[in-house]
Amino acid sequence: MNAWLQHLPVLPIVVPLITGAVLLFFAESRRLPRFVITLLATFAQLAAAVTMVWLTTDAVPEIWPRGIGVYAIGGWQAPFGIVLVVDRLSALMVALNVTLALSVIVYSIGRWDRMGVHYHSLLQFLLMGLNGAFLTGDLFNLFVFFEILLASSYALLLHGGGPQRTRMALHFIAVNLTASFAFLIGVAMIYSVAGTLNMAEIAWKWRVMLPDQRSIAQTGAAILGIAFLVKAAAWPLNFWLPGAYHAAGAPVAAIFTITTKVGVYAMLRAGSLLEDQASPFGGAWLFYLAIATMLFGIVGMLASRQLPRLVAFVVILSSGTILAALGFGKPMMIAAALYYMVGSVFGTAAFFMLTGMAERMRTAVPDLADRAATPPPSYTAFAVGEPPDPLSPDDEVGTALPAAMAFLGLAFVSCALLVTGMPPLAGFIAKFAMVAVAIESLPPDGSFGREWLLIVLLLAGGLAGIIALMRTGMRLFWSVSGRQVPRLSVTEAGPVAFLILICVIMTIAAGPTMTYLNSAAAGLADPALYIDSVLHQSPAGAP
Amino acid sequence: MELILTFAIGVLAASGVWLLLRPRTFQVIIGLSLLSYAVNLFIFCMGRLVVDAPPVIAGDGPVDPMLYADPVPQSLVLTAIVIGFATTALFLVVIVATRGMTGTDHVDGQERDS
Repeated sequence: MNAWLQHLPVLPIVVPLITGAVLLFFAESRRLPRFVITLLATFAQLAAAVTMVWLTTDAVPEIWPRGIGVYAIGGWQAPFGIVLVVDRLSALMVALNVTLALSVIVYSIGRWDRMGVHYHSLLQFLLMGLNGAFLTGDLFNLFVFFEILLASSYALLLHGGGPQRTRMALHFIAVNLTASFAFLIGVAMIYSVAGTLNMAEIAWKWRVMLPDQRSIAQTGAAILGIAFLVKAAAWPLNFWLPGAYHAAGAPVAAIFTITTKVGVYAMLRAGSLLEDQASPFGGAWLFYLAIATMLFGIVGMLASRQLPRLVAFVVILSSGTILAALGFGKPMMIAAALYYMVGSVFGTAAFFMLTGMAERMRTAVPDLADRAATPPPSYTAFAVGEPPDPLSPDDEVGTALPAAMAFLGLAFVSCALLVTGMPPLAGFIAKFAMVAVAIESLPPDGSFGREWLLIVLLLAGGLAGIIALMRTGMRLFWSVSGRQVPRLSVTEAGPVAFLILICVIMTIAAGPTMTYLNSAAAGLADPALYIDSVLHQSPAGAP
Repeated sequence: MELILTFAIGVLAASGVWLLLRPRTFQVIIGLSLLSYAVNLFIFCMGRLVVDAPPVIAGDGPVDPMLYADPVPQSLVLTAIVIGFATTALFLVVIVATRGMTGTDHVDGQERDS
């Protein structure tokens, strides 16, 4: 049993890799076997992720002592070989990712996986990149997994075709390629002085570096931080996001909500390991950058007229909120931000899926931006079968759901409450916890500081979100003229309900969840345990 | 030798950045390629420049690491080249598709009103 469990960390990477490759052998027309395989593989990843979360709670100390699992790929020990490291944060991110992917896959089977080729393979490769980025303990390996997830996300953004998507993909690829070059420069500079790429060993050497080496390493870390912040959509590096998320298909945009969180995760991890006074991660400037991001998100939300664009700005606002908590730099605050992140990822993803359904009822004339005017050439090249008719968008498979409008309205309100942080759902608890920590750390003399700035912006973000979303919601659902009721299939409505249900469960079980997240944040605040577990030795010389 | 390499990286990176900011898609992709050459050379020289030194340590017994080239940056460069090449190829396809769909090679997909 234990011998098998030690291979657990590699499963979330190997399973999607094999699945994505196997799916290529099935013709596009054989939908059922493709769907069954991809669903089984995603369930296997979910099982692995849940087991990892369970093991990191220190439930079985003989398998993973102190809740940190280290897996040396190929049996090469830590500083020489590449390691995968599972701590509470990684396990949480993988579980979050796979849960989201499961609902996205179910959502796509009605319509979206027929809009182009190799949709399910690309989704599995995206999962591989995401899981790998969360699990790896090696800086260059992190780059490789970033590239895997980016390469699949380029193709997924193009999924469905059309001039709008192609144009946005052009911007998206150009920005991300440039960010990847910044990543490489940062990695190379850190390697040149640390002489290693293992993150734990870099962290250890970071503490004993000579001053002239340290300045080079800090420059490298700053350039690395720019690459992470492009991914995390921090202002002013986020102008690619609204257009790309708006143009992407609904399920693709839903899974993209977690790709911005990879940047946030990398910032958290690097900020935890490379901790010192002048570290480019965390600290004052990150806080003010995040405040600017939040402001940008708020203004953007109020200015957007279409729902997908509005939700894209909600994604920016939530990235800004998490980065602000990271720049604030208290373990309790980071725990609250992690709670907020789980709720906002599920909330915005459900929102994007809802958008895909709501788009269809806008007018009787089908929304032509939603699909290519002419079927893309890949249809004939890959023998997908008949392309969906652009003039009958409700040509669905599966059972239609009764009371479609009631469901859409209810789901819209739930998502709006979630992402704006209004009671009674998870977003409220998260914002409440963040405001509580900020109030606790107010300076006694009552001067206006960054605590007040954070509180004001958290509340303003919620208010602006409610105003913008209710305005759009009223236009979309509660004014009846010229609308047609869309036929919703169970496979589309189910995932949205599932994601909202998870958030409800998270709200009810807020106590245990916060306990887990607090210990995850405590692990980030004390990286010695991580370093020690990876290197199997006491970090001598560490302060 | 360091000076020549530094100049080469600097010129490549500067030309790459300048082309990246140009309005035509072809200029952007050439800029990205030049930038990737600069980055690859940069990674390579981060392993210290050594001439006529093997990267693989041969034989057993005590060795002096000063006599060997650092193999890690070389393998990193190899990976970076492969990944950069693949993404550039994908980018090229997207550029051609944009040109075909919008009828212009402006990065925004439409000419600026003049």
